[in-house]
Amino acid sequence: MAERVRVKAMMPPGHVRAPFYLRGKTGEIERSLGPFKNPEQLAYALPAAPKNLYRVRFTMAELWGAEAEAPQDFVEAEIYEHWLERLPDAP
Amino acid sequence: MDKMDGRRWHDMGGLPAGEVPKDGHDFAIWEKRVDALMILCGTKGHFTVDGLRRALEDMGPEAFENHTYYERWIAAVNQNLIEAGVYSIEELGTRMEQIKARGPSYGEASVKDG
Repeated sequence: MAERVRVKAMMPPGHVRAPFYLRGKTGEIERSLGPFKNPEQLAYALPAAPKNLYRVRFTMAELWGAEAEAPQDFVEAEIYEHWLERLPDAP
Repeated sequence: MDKMDGRRWHDMGGLPAGEVPKDGHDFAIWEKRVDALMILCGTKGHFTVDGLRRALEDMGPEAFENHTYYERWIAAVNQNLIEAGVYSIEELGTRMEQIKARGPSYGEASVKDG
């Protein structure tokens, strides 16, 4: 079963690598892409620890609700681990 | 954004955008040079593409309305090079005056050191 995650809904200022329209939304991990230096630190020329990057799949229904033209279609976005919180499996 | 909803101006995903322009375009020599300069800066370790993006985002929407793509890029490259200590404001200003004195045309300004 795919792992369910939610993109954190926090809104810090500065160079952020989680698009606004995905924050607070729930998706499934499609695959792990491996570790990359945290770009939110690199952006300020600071030492950057490796952070795992995940491809996360979101349904259009989750993103746009009743306005979604094709609710079953999905968007895949690459999101760093520190922006994701794991959710319990769906019942 | 007028209200403090956390969305910054560059973060446009999910907003209405209208038609996507599909007409192609060519690049001027100076624009290609800016592109090459950005790559060189990364190769030399002065800053990353993340630093470029951060500076572009910090310019705000007025820069997006009033300047072209590579005009914004060179401003962001300059911002990062100053922050990295590659050159000082004084050195930059002096150099700009030297090049300006060569002449107004691209050919004159492009003459090598001297």
